Amino acid sequence: MFSIPVFLESLVPLFWAARYTLLISVGGIALGLVIGTLICAARLSSSRALRNFGAVWVSFLRGVPLLVQLLVFYYSLPLIGLDVPAMFAAVVTVGICASAYISEIWRGAINALPRGQAEAAIAIGMTPRDVWGRVILPQAVTMSLPALINELILLVKASSLVSVVGILEITRASQAQAATTFRPLEVYLAAACIYLLINLCLAALGRWLEHRTTV
Amino acid sequence: MQASAVEIQKVNKHFGPFHALKDVDLSIPPGRVTCLIGPSGSGKSTLLRCINFLEPYDSGEIRIDGRLMGYDAPGRKMGGRALREMRRSIGMVFQQFNLWPHMTARENVAEGLIRVRGMSRADAATRAAAALAKVGLADKMDNHPSRLSGGQQQRVAIARAIAMEPRLMLFDEPTSALDPELVGEVLSVMKTLASEGMTMVVVTHEMGFAAHVADRVAFMERGELVAADTPAAILHQPQDPRIQSFLRTYHERNSF
Ligand SMILES: Nc1ncnc2c1ncn2[C@@H]1O[C@H](COP(=O)(O)OP(=O)(O)OP(=O)(O)O)[C@@H](O)[C@H]1O
Ligand SMILES: [Mg+2]
Repeated sequence: MFSIPVFLESLVPLFWAARYTLLISVGGIALGLVIGTLICAARLSSSRALRNFGAVWVSFLRGVPLLVQLLVFYYSLPLIGLDVPAMFAAVVTVGICASAYISEIWRGAINALPRGQAEAAIAIGMTPRDVWGRVILPQAVTMSLPALINELILLVKASSLVSVVGILEITRASQAQAATTFRPLEVYLAAACIYLLINLCLAALGRWLEHRTTV
Repeated sequence: MQASAVEIQKVNKHFGPFHALKDVDLSIPPGRVTCLIGPSGSGKSTLLRCINFLEPYDSGEIRIDGRLMGYDAPGRKMGGRALREMRRSIGMVFQQFNLWPHMTARENVAEGLIRVRGMSRADAATRAAAALAKVGLADKMDNHPSRLSGGQQQRVAIARAIAMEPRLMLFDEPTSALDPELVGEVLSVMKTLASEGMTMVVVTHEMGFAAHVADRVAFMERGELVAADTPAAILHQPQDPRIQSFLRTYHERNSF
């Protein structure tokens, strides 16, 4: 029999565990935005070496599962004498992984802009800085928002993978709880509800942002 | 004779192995309208884009008011600052309008004034309003481009260029993307500009405009500038068989 009290009781500790899930996905997207923007700039630069570096970065990180990246990163750190908290390793790995996708989101949006957009600004005598800051990037950001929110939602779900390095986020916390209460269905259903709630909020945030930026 | 506004001499341009402009010579007289005509792919847009160096030419010279465009010396490209300085006095209007969709009509016009001319926002807004009023869009200033017809968008694009007070205006098929009933409003704005003495170079398929508004018509084919003369000489008594054949095709396509 499905027990509603058990279901409700497991929500509380899982909500508490959700702070790790959020920290990892929000930290990951923030780091991913920074690195992804740099990688995108490298891929669009006039230097062949930088372009190649960016291309290799993207294909490597997209080609290896996040779980394997996490394990490799986590176990290689002590090798080079670094003893970092699991949380730090998790955010960095998730961020690096996200950077590959984010740089492709930027690049796709920038390439989708008609060439004439920049040309009109260049013809008027604008500096490259203004061409990018006033014409290309504002449009690229608006175009990328849905894909970026989508990426954030993917990260929230992918953050369950960091349980392998011992972080007690929602998934790992629910496994532990299922083992002690012997009520896996109620506990995992509670976990599902929390993930769903987080992602519904993110989707709403995305719609709000899009509404604000589209004309 | 007055010095040319634009003096083009022996200009060559390649796209990879393709020879797009072949030893092009052309003088653009100041205060006059010069129309560039010719078949598709003949290099009209390429030549126009070389004038403001959106497309760098390989060899030869393009002088704007006597000053070499794009190069400090043959083979040595000029710095970004000097190039921007020269572009400031050249307005360009594109076939696809190229308005910035995230800005209103007024913001589209004001942006260059603020960023390039260093005007204050308030002054730029005033000047932008005046430029838009001039092209008959005083009541559409706060519309985004998506809320304007093609003809209105192209007039905003013209306002954006003339607000910068250019000495030379380049038009690349400004009416080709428009529905026929919207062509007139754009051409009439261009005629007004011409009557005010603006130096204009217009790539066009509108032979009527070339015949009635142009002071000179230049005909291009396969990257060569075949002839440049009065509209009557080119459009009514063409000597060159290439021009005759082009006009024949044009008349056939436009008669039914
Ligand atoms: N960026 C480019 N790369 C390669 N080839 C190009 C490029 N731009 C133009 N060309 C080629 O150069 C030739 C001249 O092109 P251009 O656009 O100047 O012709 P056009 O006279 O303006 O034709 P249309 O009337 O169709 O606009 C064409 O054959 C075109 O394919
Ligand atoms: Mg063309």
